[in-house]
Amino acid sequence: MKIAIASGKGGTGKSTVAANLACTLALSREVALVDCDVEEPNLHLFFPDSAVDVPVTTPVPEIDPALCNFCGECGKFCRFGALSVLKDRVILFPELCHSCGGCSLVCPQGAIEEVPRTVGRVACSCPLPSLTLVSGVLNEGEVMAPAVIRAAKMLAEGHPLILYDASPGIACPVIETLEGVDACILVTESTPFGLHDLRLAAEVVEGIGIPAGVVINRSDGQDEETLEFCRERGLPVLMTIPFSREIAAVQNRGGLICRDLPGWEERFADLFEAVVKIVGVSP
Amino acid sequence: MIVGITARAAGTDAPVEQRFGRAPYFVFVDTETGKAESIENPLVDAAGGVGPRAVQMFSEHGATVVITGQVGGNAARALGMGGIKAYAYRGSGSVAEALAEYTAGNLQPLPL
Repeated sequence: MKIAIASGKGGTGKSTVAANLACTLALSREVALVDCDVEEPNLHLFFPDSAVDVPVTTPVPEIDPALCNFCGECGKFCRFGALSVLKDRVILFPELCHSCGGCSLVCPQGAIEEVPRTVGRVACSCPLPSLTLVSGVLNEGEVMAPAVIRAAKMLAEGHPLILYDASPGIACPVIETLEGVDACILVTESTPFGLHDLRLAAEVVEGIGIPAGVVINRSDGQDEETLEFCRERGLPVLMTIPFSREIAAVQNRGGLICRDLPGWEERFADLFEAVVKIVGVSP
Repeated sequence: MIVGITARAAGTDAPVEQRFGRAPYFVFVDTETGKAESIENPLVDAAGGVGPRAVQMFSEHGATVVITGQVGGNAARALGMGGIKAYAYRGSGSVAEALAEYTAGNLQPLPL
């Protein structure tokens, strides 16, 4: 079973929910936790351990100067500006390349070959006996987050239970993370921003056709608008985490509330049961 | 020599546009014949990577000099490697006025 944790808005507590859920589940079964927030992965802060790095490469064009006649077709085709064809040379901007391969297809001279270029890495570790942590790390200045996410997901493939911690937003990296998941936990917070972005994220999972439920984090107890929205959209509220100094203190020192505060291990176990229920299959 | 100038509309009476890759029009003036050709920039609403693509268009039109407000890093690299010189025009005048300033030697080269 594959469960994604997404939110729309940043900072609502995706990683908190993912880390605590993974830690709780690892007490009773094998779990793989995948950090798909590759521009700023942070799950390793909850689970410090030495990791093995696997580089992630994407194909980028290489021009054979003996065959290129500077016709300019590749530069006209590339909508990302990764090639600029001038009178007597082709200038490559590999960091702008989205690895679509189109330039090599449109080149009438067959002068373009694709070569691998490192854009990030995947760090794999086993911080707990039953927990595998797979963190995607995109190199600074790179744009190909989906390639690193794909690699991280691939390295976790084969585990019976996989949790994916998505990046904020609803753009390509989130869509890549949601690809092939059985259920999505949408984490929101008791603010107008939290609700606004929950709406967007809910539309995305509905559009893809993924069963979803909501976790309200930092709840001030006045969540009528969020609850109303969830009722309207048929989204079950799976869990509510209160706005509490005690929880914040555990969180701020990199601790896990399922481990450090009484009652939370049970609540995260219940959260898993609730997710299983919305999927409608046995885990 | 062909001079390419970023503009807000077609023709040499159009005001100069400060942005390079997202300028609505490019006006190419042949300084020998005085003939001007205006092309609408298809990259105005492109998502990204407009600098290198705009440089390719300038190169295709045979421009060896660019007059614009400023250029980004990728455009600067492509212009520099392509041997196309870029000059800054920060005024609010027309394409023709910017060209006159360039011809008079009053424009500063942009660092490429």
